Amino acid sequence: MDLLDFARGPALQVGLIVFAFGVAWRLAALLLLPRMQDRSKAREGAPTAAIASGREVLRRMWPQGAFAEATRFSVINGYIFHLGLAIIVFGGTPHILFLRDLFGISWPGLPTNIINGVSVITFASLLLALARRINDPVLRLISTANDYISWAMTFLPVATGLLAISHLGARYETLLAIHLLSVAAFLVWFPFGKLMHAFLVFVSRGTTGVHLAHRGAQL
Amino acid sequence: MSDDRTLGEVMTSRGVSRRAFLKYASYLATAMALPASATSVIAQSLATARRQSVIWLSFQECTGCTESITRSYSPTLEDLIFDFISLDYHHTLMSVSGAAAEHAREQAMKDNKGKYIVIVDGSVPIKDGGIYSTIAGVTNEQMLKDTVKDAFAVVSVGTCAAFGGIPHANPNPTGAVAVSDIIKDKPIINIPGCPPIPEAMTGTIAYLLSFGKLPELDKLNRPLAFFGESIHDRCYRRPFYERGMFADSFDDEGARKGWCLYKVGCKGPIAYNACATLKWNGGISFPIQSGHGCLGCSEPNFWDKGSFYKPLAAATAGINAEVGAAAVVGAAIGATAAQIIKKRRQDVADRAIKKVEG
Repeated sequence: MDLLDFARGPALQVGLIVFAFGVAWRLAALLLLPRMQDRSKAREGAPTAAIASGREVLRRMWPQGAFAEATRFSVINGYIFHLGLAIIVFGGTPHILFLRDLFGISWPGLPTNIINGVSVITFASLLLALARRINDPVLRLISTANDYISWAMTFLPVATGLLAISHLGARYETLLAIHLLSVAAFLVWFPFGKLMHAFLVFVSRGTTGVHLAHRGAQL
Repeated sequence: MSDDRTLGEVMTSRGVSRRAFLKYASYLATAMALPASATSVIAQSLATARRQSVIWLSFQECTGCTESITRSYSPTLEDLIFDFISLDYHHTLMSVSGAAAEHAREQAMKDNKGKYIVIVDGSVPIKDGGIYSTIAGVTNEQMLKDTVKDAFAVVSVGTCAAFGGIPHANPNPTGAVAVSDIIKDKPIINIPGCPPIPEAMTGTIAYLLSFGKLPELDKLNRPLAFFGESIHDRCYRRPFYERGMFADSFDDEGARKGWCLYKVGCKGPIAYNACATLKWNGGISFPIQSGHGCLGCSEPNFWDKGSFYKPLAAATAGINAEVGAAAVVGAAIGATAAQIIKKRRQDVADRAIKKVEG
């Protein structure tokens, strides 16, 4: 079994198993937790939970008020690499084929050159995110190994994917194998680190919105 | 089969002009990516060389490799490559059989000690003492060792001889191995393919005759001239890959328009061979041009890399029962953890109520 066979076979299989186990475990454990009852009476005119959660999700999608200046870079840069990742994962033909094989659904892909361009932008954006984390004293102080590992697990598939489509550094089959191994590592880390925010971000923001609205905050 | 004439004399006697001979040398130099100056060296070397003794051993094989080499460009000089060499032993092509055939092999080994080339097609079974394939009562493994002992070099033609091939595929009932798994003390050139391109075989043999040394090889001992680039890199459908235009099946609009076959499992990006440049049947076509994706037959273990029709980007296993079971177990553990916390909270609340009431 060569490296590519290992990556396409056992490595991705282990990655998918750990991913499925970890995500199911964390989602079940969090969503089935009994909710803490807020015994206080809701402020007059407080919106319903659905509206409050929806508003909070939308409100946090752009820099707000006193924090606008401080968070502008991270929000805009965050959009760039999140959208870039989405375009790469859901627009690149090899990735669509990977997903089609898993879920049985597919859609037209984007031309390779567009994916290449988006990948380069995403690559640069992720590097900027790391540079800011390292250089900003506050961010550096509150950063943990979880942040850096989650960054690395996101960055590696982008970097190795770029090398693979550019045929840089090694033969294509070796680069493809390394790319798939980085995806397998991403899948293994995903449920246990901050990458899990992909599933939990709107849940946590919505929940925050419900609490804030209950207490009379204007969302 | 002894003939003391030089190859040039043989060619002249067959009516081959010097111009045609030089054209062939030029073609060979081009095919093997040699500098233009190599043309005269090849022509001169071949013209003055004596016929090279070749012993062709066929082991666990389908004779496809022999079928392929007999279909080298025709009618051209490539056909006469067989006159460049003295094919002293070949099951399928030789007229004699039985003890006479084996005698011819032994005589060639004796007469050309240290100079002859052994070409092997087919893998070598070694399980259970190698009894699954024998010739004249001798196992393939033993015959290979005996014949190669005094050879100048070994050329493994076809994926079976080069890497084990289809007999080596799971579950490999005969314990089939490649020639290089047995022979460790002789130079080995691998010319894989199922079958190999005829010009890759004849070209490599002609190179050995011309230069008396092995051509430049890759890490799998394949001549770089023929196996240096992937099918994908030289595929005429590559522009469609770049533009994201793919055939989704073998009978859709994309297939009819000749778009890229990556989605229907083409292994061109990981297959190194000259199919897209030399092509087959006199340069007429090759599998992708005929509408079928590359199987990657010149690569080791190509038969065990999952379905031929599964895209290279897909995991070979995918979502299976194990992944589903992992999700169910994870959800069960998570739900149990939530229930334990719920019970603990309830216990704390109950104790608090009792304390207040008590």
